[in-house]
Amino acid sequence: MGKNLYQKVFESHTVAKLASGQSQLFIGLHLCHEVTSPQAFAMLREEGIKVKFPERTFATVDHIIPTTLPDRSRPLKDAISEEMFLHIEKNTRDFGVRFFGPDTGEQGVIHIVGPEEGVTQPGMTIACGDSHTATHGAFGAIAFGIGTSQVADVLATQTLAMSPLKTRRILFTGKLKPGVYSKDVSLAYIAKLGVNGGVGYAYEFAGPVVDAMDMEGRMTLCNMAIEGGARVGYCNPDQKTFDFLKGKPFAPKADRWNEAVAYWKSVASDPDAKFDDEIIIDCDHLEPMVTWGITPAQALQINENMPKISKFEGSEQKVIAEAYEYMGWQEGGKMLGTPIDIAFVGSCTNGRLSDLQEAAKIIKGHKVADSVKMWVVPGSMKIKIEAEALGLDKIFKEAGAEWREAGCSLCLAMNPDKLKGREVSASSSNRNFKGRQGSPTGRTILMSPAMVVAAAIEGKVTDVRKYVKE
Amino acid sequence: MNMPIVDVVKGSGVPVRGNDIDTDRIIPARFLKCVTFEGLGENAFADDIKGLELQGKVHPFQNPVYRKGTILVSNQNFGCGSSREHAPQALKRWGIRAIIAESYSEIFFGNCVALGIPCYKVSHAVADKILAWIEANPSGELSTSTSAKTLKMGGESIELTLADSPRGQFLDGSWHARAALMANAVKVDSIAAKLPYMQFLK
Ligand code: SF4
Repeated sequence: MGKNLYQKVFESHTVAKLASGQSQLFIGLHLCHEVTSPQAFAMLREEGIKVKFPERTFATVDHIIPTTLPDRSRPLKDAISEEMFLHIEKNTRDFGVRFFGPDTGEQGVIHIVGPEEGVTQPGMTIACGDSHTATHGAFGAIAFGIGTSQVADVLATQTLAMSPLKTRRILFTGKLKPGVYSKDVSLAYIAKLGVNGGVGYAYEFAGPVVDAMDMEGRMTLCNMAIEGGARVGYCNPDQKTFDFLKGKPFAPKADRWNEAVAYWKSVASDPDAKFDDEIIIDCDHLEPMVTWGITPAQALQINENMPKISKFEGSEQKVIAEAYEYMGWQEGGKMLGTPIDIAFVGSCTNGRLSDLQEAAKIIKGHKVADSVKMWVVPGSMKIKIEAEALGLDKIFKEAGAEWREAGCSLCLAMNPDKLKGREVSASSSNRNFKGRQGSPTGRTILMSPAMVVAAAIEGKVTDVRKYVKE
Repeated sequence: MNMPIVDVVKGSGVPVRGNDIDTDRIIPARFLKCVTFEGLGENAFADDIKGLELQGKVHPFQNPVYRKGTILVSNQNFGCGSSREHAPQALKRWGIRAIIAESYSEIFFGNCVALGIPCYKVSHAVADKILAWIEANPSGELSTSTSAKTLKMGGESIELTLADSPRGQFLDGSWHARAALMANAVKVDSIAAKLPYMQFLK
């Protein structure tokens, strides 16, 4: 019987069976950022332990870093942010870990930096103290978020205690229409399966829609896996994966390239691989999606009406009512036409070059509405430079948007970028939880970056398809 | 390393009603700007507390009658959202030693195991019953047991669900993962030597 990618990689990385019944899993790549790592390094110092494989950990600074040049000068104005910055610099220096700081020109959101450096590769296990680590699964790696104690485990031992997950293949059939993107696919299946639908599962994303996606689109899809409850989401590696990696700084060099590709091909799911579950999602009729509530699963197609509270039962009814109360929308109304205050293009979900290109294509020749503040935040310094070489920054600035420096920014607002009061944000990020974007009463509507741009132009939630030229 | 065993937790309860209470609510992101976990406890549920205050209501984490509580009780999907370990750390530093809920997010559950906080599951009806009992007896003593998988509540014994794997870890001390992992260093090296990509990344 054939095996799927998850099973193959889990097996080849299993070091031992632990007394707890869990497996001890070797971690091929460990990524760090400044928020979840300092305590872990502190534990190592306390216990006098070294990092076992320092060359297999890479770090950057993304969550707290400001996104304007003056604000990025050191020391940072915010004392605690500065302290975190100093800690990641010192920790990586003391323990011999590679740090992609701003002065290297390679800083960015960790889940964007990994692939663009080529440290993210197929057939690896990848861990990071961050829940959106599944992003790296787009390359055919088993990538997942871990807690800070586990960060210390990986630093000290390059392994983790884990139980294998069940596997579910989600087959996306059909073809996406123009104006419909990987982000819409993510929101659509999460809306269908719920925020808990994937708990206990590793997701294999497959089918013609995934095959047709570029690597950026696959990263968006895998990035959102956790929003549907799945800690791991991956796509099988193919020629697009190999082409993406070729020439990246840490990708295998010419003398080992063929050997690497052979290994990468060998980890893909066998044609007769078995899964614990399979779901088919037809994408032929998929329309642009927006969230209306306070979880990513509270999403609908742009022309749909929001649900009636009475359609739900018991505890679910309460959740829906709570979402309405927080967001302040008319029950059963449409999201279409909802006024917005902030438009955010960025984050590890949709802050990559292709996202910025698509956004620029739509905004070109238009202006951001007077009532809207629009921020474009590239996911990494490299993306910023590439985008500027293509003149995208000028297009955004001419339209009245702000062109920022790389970081997580408004995705979770740990830096100075925050919503104020009840502001409504059209956001290309991944979470619309209460207070997520920095104001305890702020409101977030998740959508594709293209939809964010369309909303910025009109000052309200709209259907991007009228701006998309086929 | 000497590993403490996690079995009986005694103390009063803290009823935190609601489904999908995510880690952003347990500890809002702005309090994560710390390089140690100290001081997180006093900011647990800060935004929910403020929100209720504005409506003239009191959150259980602010209510003095529950301040000594050690056993948190909630409903479905407790701890969903961000993987941040700061959330269970905040609860632990506030004083929580065990959690009873209808269900949990997986990462949160794992983070709790790593901190020695057992997360027990109960049905919706039982959760409601425990919540109501605590609200009626804010200082009433509860006692959970990992070995017996029970909750003692006012002379009654209620069955709790806890999977064998975490239960075993609490009882043999291996919830503190690092010690067990470090013991296998030699095997780690031999697995690493077999993985082709260890040679690629140079
Ligand atoms: S961009 Fe957002 S989701 Fe991604 S790592 Fe940063 S804070 Fe987390």
